[in-house]
Amino acid sequence: MTQDLTYLKETASQTAGPYVHIGLTPNASGITGVYSADLGAAMVNDRTKGTRITIRGCVIDGGGASLRDALVEIWQADAAGLHNSPSEPRGQADPDFTGWGRCACDGDGGEFIFHTIKPGRVPFKDGRLMAPHITFWIVARGINLGLHTRMYFPEEEQANAEDPLLLRLEHRDRVTTLIAQADGDDSYRFDIHLQGKRETVFLDI
Amino acid sequence: MTDRNPDTGAFFTRDRTWHPPAYTPDYKTSVLRSPQRALLALDGTLSEITGPVFGHAILGELDNDLIHNFARSGEAAIGERLIVHGRVLDENGRGVPGALIEVWQANAGGRYRHKKEGYLAALDPNFGGCGRCITDENGNYRFRTVKPGPYPWPNGPNDWRPAHIHFSVFGHGFAQRLITQMYFEGDPLIWRCPIVRTIPDQRAVERLIAPLDMANTIPMDARAYKFDIVLRGRRSTLFENRLDGN
Repeated sequence: MTQDLTYLKETASQTAGPYVHIGLTPNASGITGVYSADLGAAMVNDRTKGTRITIRGCVIDGGGASLRDALVEIWQADAAGLHNSPSEPRGQADPDFTGWGRCACDGDGGEFIFHTIKPGRVPFKDGRLMAPHITFWIVARGINLGLHTRMYFPEEEQANAEDPLLLRLEHRDRVTTLIAQADGDDSYRFDIHLQGKRETVFLDI
Repeated sequence: MTDRNPDTGAFFTRDRTWHPPAYTPDYKTSVLRSPQRALLALDGTLSEITGPVFGHAILGELDNDLIHNFARSGEAAIGERLIVHGRVLDENGRGVPGALIEVWQANAGGRYRHKKEGYLAALDPNFGGCGRCITDENGNYRFRTVKPGPYPWPNGPNDWRPAHIHFSVFGHGFAQRLITQMYFEGDPLIWRCPIVRTIPDQRAVERLIAPLDMANTIPMDARAYKFDIVLRGRRSTLFENRLDGN
């Protein structure tokens, strides 16, 4: 016998179900008057530093259909590469940028849209700089545990080529699943494929 | 030193044998929505170790009272009155203060207030079905609601969801992000449910079943159920990222 390790087990996940929007974006789902605004709807204000960008995309299932009941959250650094979080050890991030956004994919065609800024570079654990990226988290009916992935930027060819995460992908043709497409000035398209030949790289983090 | 880990450590590895796998064909919707390629392992970077934290200032007075937060003035939602309370902990057993909890649920008849909901049970004009709260300095939370009803759903020809409340939880790091469901002690539908049964380990399911907590009932008013939630724990950073000679 030994002493016991007394760690607890993480609570098991369950699907967000078809009505996740009731709980997380009630105003967008027609339940008004409970919260003044849906959390995560506004990431920037007039004073936010950095280049304004727009990101649109869909979450697409193995049959090629866009999910109408998904919910997407994003999390990212500010223009200087700092996170607006008490767990950020490197300094104070831009107080006018939340870094966190949430969007329900229940519009026409199941599209999500985020109005944010282009993030700065953030160091990897060993000090190498990662390419600018945005962390995505996707939940929906039929998704049993929220899916983590990242979006990188198409114009950052050099930074992407030396990014520690992208370098780790053994199948190089999958790198493109993590890189958004330019879609006009400071506008990007990032579709997330849950299955199939273009299945997005999801992360075990 | 305090007994709190600094909130800058990476998280314990997620035990994916404890969570439901992505592909669970008895829950049919998962079939086309489950990634098939292996996930890419990434020990937490600053992008996942950090996360948004929400202050109590976002909360309205009735945010944690689903009996009243959608009801007309002077009225209340219909159903069995409940207090749901508990503690958010991490895997180290420490309370998680400042954790945002968002909940949603069906009304007492098992009907959701949603445009795509087709169940014939009646809407309650005084019940919206969403609420939220933030844990106190010890990780405790509490809200008031009515007991949701079970309801049928189109999966098998006669599948019923056990009564449940959906929980969305933020800890302090984005890698801790979690959505789960709370079930009620004694509900015979729990072990028949294809969504519950996506979880392979019976012990993990038992952690989702809240016991009746008579010690926290309000006599002549509301019963109580206790539901603790465990988020991923952080490693100590004491010996990390300090290369010899640096």
